[in-house]
Amino acid sequence: MFKILEAEVLADKTYRMVVEAPNVAHSCEPGQFLIVRCEEESERIALTICDYDREKNTVTIVFQTIGESSYKIAEKKAGDFFEDVVGPLGNPAEYVTEPIEEVRKRHYLLVGGGLGTAPVYPQAKWLKEHGVDVDVIIGTKNKDTLIMEREMIEAVGEDHVFVTTDDGSYKRHGMVTAVIEDLVKNEGRKYDKCVSIGPMIMMKFCVKLTKELGIPTIVSMNPIMVDGTGMCGACRLIVGDEVKFACVDGPEFDGFLVDFDQAMKRMKLYKTEEGRRLLEYQEGNTHKGNCGNK
Amino acid sequence: MSIEVDMMKKVPVSEQDPKVRATNFDEVCLGYTEEEAMAEATRCLQCKNPKCVEGCPVSINIPGFIEKIKEGDHKAAYEIIGEASSLPAVCGRVCPQETQCEGVCIRGIKGEAVSIGKLERFAADWAGKQGIKPVKKADSKGQKVAVVGAGPSGLTCAGDLAKMGYEVTIFEALHKAGGVLVYGIPEFRLPKDEVVAKEIENVRSLGVEIKTDYIIGRSETIDELIDREGFSAVYIASGAGLPMFMHIPGEQALGVYSANEYLTRANLMKAYREDYDTPINTGKKTVIVGGGNVAMDAARTALRLGSDVTVVYRRSEKELPARAEEVHHAKEEGIKFALLTNPVEILEDEEGFVKGIKVIKMELGEPDESGRRRPVEVKGSEFEIECDTVIMSLGTTPNPLISSTTKGLDTNKRKCIITDEDTGATSREGVYAGGDCATGAATVILAMGAGRKAAKSIDLYLSGK
Repeated sequence: MFKILEAEVLADKTYRMVVEAPNVAHSCEPGQFLIVRCEEESERIALTICDYDREKNTVTIVFQTIGESSYKIAEKKAGDFFEDVVGPLGNPAEYVTEPIEEVRKRHYLLVGGGLGTAPVYPQAKWLKEHGVDVDVIIGTKNKDTLIMEREMIEAVGEDHVFVTTDDGSYKRHGMVTAVIEDLVKNEGRKYDKCVSIGPMIMMKFCVKLTKELGIPTIVSMNPIMVDGTGMCGACRLIVGDEVKFACVDGPEFDGFLVDFDQAMKRMKLYKTEEGRRLLEYQEGNTHKGNCGNK
Repeated sequence: MSIEVDMMKKVPVSEQDPKVRATNFDEVCLGYTEEEAMAEATRCLQCKNPKCVEGCPVSINIPGFIEKIKEGDHKAAYEIIGEASSLPAVCGRVCPQETQCEGVCIRGIKGEAVSIGKLERFAADWAGKQGIKPVKKADSKGQKVAVVGAGPSGLTCAGDLAKMGYEVTIFEALHKAGGVLVYGIPEFRLPKDEVVAKEIENVRSLGVEIKTDYIIGRSETIDELIDREGFSAVYIASGAGLPMFMHIPGEQALGVYSANEYLTRANLMKAYREDYDTPINTGKKTVIVGGGNVAMDAARTALRLGSDVTVVYRRSEKELPARAEEVHHAKEEGIKFALLTNPVEILEDEEGFVKGIKVIKMELGEPDESGRRRPVEVKGSEFEIECDTVIMSLGTTPNPLISSTTKGLDTNKRKCIITDEDTGATSREGVYAGGDCATGAATVILAMGAGRKAAKSIDLYLSGK
C-alpha cells in the first residue's frame, strides 16, 4: 500500500498528488513514468512523474480524469492509500546518461502541451540544476486550464517561460508551434535540441515544424499499456519502420521517426469501452436508492 | 476398492462437460478422487530402474510417491514430491507429462502410461486441503540471496534455498507473485486462488520474503543488490519478455493483440470478471496465430468470452507444440483449426479495425534445423478468414531491463542471458540465471528445473566462500 500525502485539484479535471513511494523516488529520473493501481480491482494506469523528493521518499503525480480508472484515482484524498505504485518505468531522458559537458553545450527548448507540462517540469528543473540553458513553452487551451506556470518560472526563470493559450485568454495567443516559430524566426533564439511532450496531435505538428527548422526533437509517447514492464506489447509503436515498445524502448523517441498517425489510431481502441465504464461508474454513484435495480 | 482397473488403461479422470465449460472459467479437469488415485497407483510397475524419474526435469521420486498413494499414505506421498518440487499442485496440472515422465513410462509400451501428472496433482491437492505445509529443515546460514522474479523458476530456487537455510528475498515487478502462473496460464487450467496462491503461500511459509511492485533494472540494479543491499548471490529468473510479431501488413490494426496482452488482461487483471475494471475487447470472431500452449490458452479464453475461435498454424497437427491434452480440450470445446495455413496480411476496415485475415496454404518440405519439416507456401492458395480480433501467439524475446543495466552480464544473439547449463552460472560471479530469460520461452517445469539447479550451485558457491 502506498500513502497519499497531498491531493489537490490543479485545474478542471486535472489533479496533483504527492505519494509515498520509496522504490520510485530513490531512483527515478526525468523522462520516466510510473504505474498506479488504485484498488485491487483496478486497472494498471501509467502516469507521469511530475516531481520527486529522494529524501522524503515521495513522488508527485499529475493526471487528468479520462475514464473510470483515473476518475477513481482522483477520488482519493490525502491520507488514503493506493494499492500499488510501481516504477520508475521507461528510460531516463537521454541527457541524464550523456556526459554533462556535452549536454551543457546545447540550448534546450522544452515544449509542454496541456497535461504534458507536468512531465516537462522535472526535465526543466534537472537541466537548469545541471547548468544547461533551457527555454520552456507551455501551451494550454485557456487561462483556466493552465498548470504549473509558477513552478516552471521558479525552476528556470521568468525570461525562459513562454505561456500560450489557444484562445488568447492569457499571455501569448495560439498554438505552441506559433511560439516556436516566433522564438526562432523573430526573436533570434537558437536551439540545438527540442523535447516535446503533450497530446499526440501537438507533438506531430511540433515535430513537423522543428524538422523544417532543423532542431532534433525528442517526443514522449504515452500509448495504452497493461503491465508497463515489457511483457504485453500493447504499447507498440512504429518508429523508423520498426516495432518499438514505449515501456522498455521509450517512452522518449526521436520525434522525426515516430509514426504519429498509426499511434493516434491505436489510441481509439478502448475509447468506447472506457466511456461506457465511466458512465456506468458515475451513474452508479448517483443511484443510491435500494430499489433493487443496479 | 470398488474401481475395476484395466491395467492397459488409465483410470479416467472427471472433467467438466465441454459444452458447459466453454462458457465458464472454472477448472476443466476435476482431478482424481482418493479412490480413483489409489486405483491408478496400482498400475505403477515400481520399476527398479525408473525411466520416469529420468524423464522428470526435477527428478521427482515418482515410483516412491505412487507407492505411498497406493498404500493410502498421501502425506508421505506429498513429502516425497516436496523433496524435489516446490510447486506440485501446479506441475500436476501444467507439465507436458506425455513428453516427460509419462512419455517414457514402461507401462506405456503396451498400454497407456501411468497417469503420473494426475497422481501428483492428487497428492498436492490432498495436502492443500489438509493444510499440510512444506517443512524447513536447516538452520539459518545468515547469508542473503536475492531472486529476481516470482515465477515458477524464481519460486523454486527461493524455496530450495530457504530450505537450505538462506535468507531469500524475491523481487517481483508485477503487483502479484506467480509470474506466468498468474498472468499467463488461465484460471480454467490453473485456479489462481485455490492452487497458485496456496503454493506461493507455502514458499512464503519457508521464510521467503516476496517484494512485489519492485523492478530490478529500474528501482535497483543487480549491482546495487550486491553492493548496497548485501546480497551474497543473485538468481535472475525474470521470465519471457516482449511478444514477437510477424511483421506483416495490418499488424498495427485495432483488434490485433499479442497473446501476452490478451492473457494478461484476462488472467492477471481479471478482465473476464464484472467486478474488475480492466477492459478486454472480445469480438465475435477471433483468429489465433500460433500453435503452442499459449496459443491454446488464448484460444480457449476467447471462446469463454463468447467468441467463435479459429487457430491458424503453419505446420500440421503432428507438429503442434502445445500439450496433447490442451489441443484435445480445445477441440472438444469447439475451437477450429486451420492447419498448414499461414497469415500474409491482416485486413482493416476504414476505421482501422480488423475485418479479416488473409492467409496462405502451406505444405511440409524438408526438415529444418529444428528437425521439423519446414512449411512452404503453396503458390496462389491465398484465402481470407473473416474475423474482428487477431491474437498473435508467436513467442517472446527476453526482457532487456536486466541485461541492459548489468555490466558484464553476457547475452547471446537472441538476447537470452548466457548460463552454464549444469550450474546456471552467468558471466558474472555470484550471479545465476535460469528459466525463460536464459532459454527463451519454454515450459513451467523446465524453468523450475533450472531454479533447482541454480539453488544447488548457489549453495556450493556460498559454502565455499
